[in-house]
Amino acid sequence: MSLLAATDLHGGYEGADILKGASLRMEGGEIVVIVGPNGAGKSTLMKAIFGLLRIRQGQILYKGEDITHAKPEQMVRRGVAYVPQERNVFPSLTVQENLEMGAFLLDEDLRPRLEMVYALFPKLRDRHRQPAGLMSGGERQMVAMGRALMMEPQLLMLDEPTAGLSPRLIDDTFDRIQEIQALGIGVLMVEQNAKQALSIAHRGYVLATGANRYEDTGPNLLANREVAELFLGG
Amino acid sequence: MELLVDLLQLSIYGIVLGSILTLGAIGVSMIFGILRFAHFAHGDLMTVGAYVGFSFLALTGLPVWWALPAGMVGAAATALLVDRIVYQRIRRTQPVILLISSFGMALILRSVVQLIWGPQVYSYSSDIQRPWRIGDITIIPNHVWILLAAVLIVAALHLFLTRTRMGKAMRAMSDNMDLALVTGIPAERVIMLTWLLGGALAAGAGVLLGMDSRLTPTMGWNILLPVFAAAILGGIGRPYGAIAGGMIIGLAMEISTLFIEPSYKPAVAFVIMVAVLIVRPQGIFKGTL
Repeated sequence: MSLLAATDLHGGYEGADILKGASLRMEGGEIVVIVGPNGAGKSTLMKAIFGLLRIRQGQILYKGEDITHAKPEQMVRRGVAYVPQERNVFPSLTVQENLEMGAFLLDEDLRPRLEMVYALFPKLRDRHRQPAGLMSGGERQMVAMGRALMMEPQLLMLDEPTAGLSPRLIDDTFDRIQEIQALGIGVLMVEQNAKQALSIAHRGYVLATGANRYEDTGPNLLANREVAELFLGG
Repeated sequence: MELLVDLLQLSIYGIVLGSILTLGAIGVSMIFGILRFAHFAHGDLMTVGAYVGFSFLALTGLPVWWALPAGMVGAAATALLVDRIVYQRIRRTQPVILLISSFGMALILRSVVQLIWGPQVYSYSSDIQRPWRIGDITIIPNHVWILLAAVLIVAALHLFLTRTRMGKAMRAMSDNMDLALVTGIPAERVIMLTWLLGGALAAGAGVLLGMDSRLTPTMGWNILLPVFAAAILGGIGRPYGAIAGGMIIGLAMEISTLFIEPSYKPAVAFVIMVAVLIVRPQGIFKGTL
């Protein structure tokens, strides 16, 4: 059974649909990347899966269960975590408080989970009492990913995790994403740095005008001349 | 020398007034931070708290300070009730509709207070307090207790906001509502708690104000302007800013009486509020306005 299977999704914000028949499937523990031009509906697809907007038609199954109309809180309880592209930390809360909020729904000792996140992002341990709003863009991204990992999700959805980062930090972020995947967590991400993202992806989707255009393994998409010319900037 | 004595004396009054304003302003700030509207009925919530405390004393014959917890329970319950009956239904409309509704709610609460307790003036205690003298400075014992009570309430709130799961969730929601939603923080529970706390803090301000002077149906409404000035000066949506804002407004209002007619005190708060909105609308602590 697939971890996630979205079929023929139509929907969007109020008014016209942005998604016009997008589909997506991923297995547990995979890295799956969604690429495509601006306005293709990449972020919208992710938000739709997480229950942040209205789905007019189509179906989403998570571990075989119908979650087409599930709300974000129910998604979090089921083990799906989502990191928005922007404004993805609580600026006046300390780093540790941000992480604690990630596991708000759990009524248990959070120390083992904090340890897990600090092991992945050692820098956060040193800064755990600092307000997240005072950190650099790269560090904030770590806080945001750490927050999402606190529920020990099986599916982590990242909306452009490398946006606005320096090349060195981009490499670093992709390394961390592979480490997260090595923990057995499936990672679904939207990425502008398409080539680099596809190079670590098991599979990728090329989305255009709200529908699937190509779907293949990461290496195959990178090798596909048409995809490279049209969507990966040559 | 005389000026220095006056200044010190007025500073004491200013700190007392400031501590009362602070309790009101924290509530206004928290409600704005989480619900995104200026709660105009907050002053009258203070009045409700003060009167509930008064009736509790009259009914039980307990010492004066029991008015504080009784009033806090009364105003917290009132705030929650008002939210469930009125604000909750219109929460998803525009903020201006909530703002006007809260203005109407202010009139309703004040009228209900008049209906139940009448227009006459009450006081918590008819004892005359003998002021303490330290050199040329006089200190009224009640002022010390008022300040102490305010400090204790603020300290308790601080512990709640920084040590408990719900307290942190309140700060998180005030920081970033959308992220709170995707994190799984239950918005409705946090909102209910915000009203309970906002109401209790308003009652704290109301009871302490009543102890400083007397209870009238317009006591809270009359102090609403300086309370808003304090919240805006501190940075709206920032409970800790409200403490600084409350103290500055309180001190400025009292010290201004050295130079201008005491009846213009509220105007001083108003001038500061307008100046802050023009020069630094985000306030001292970078609020979310």
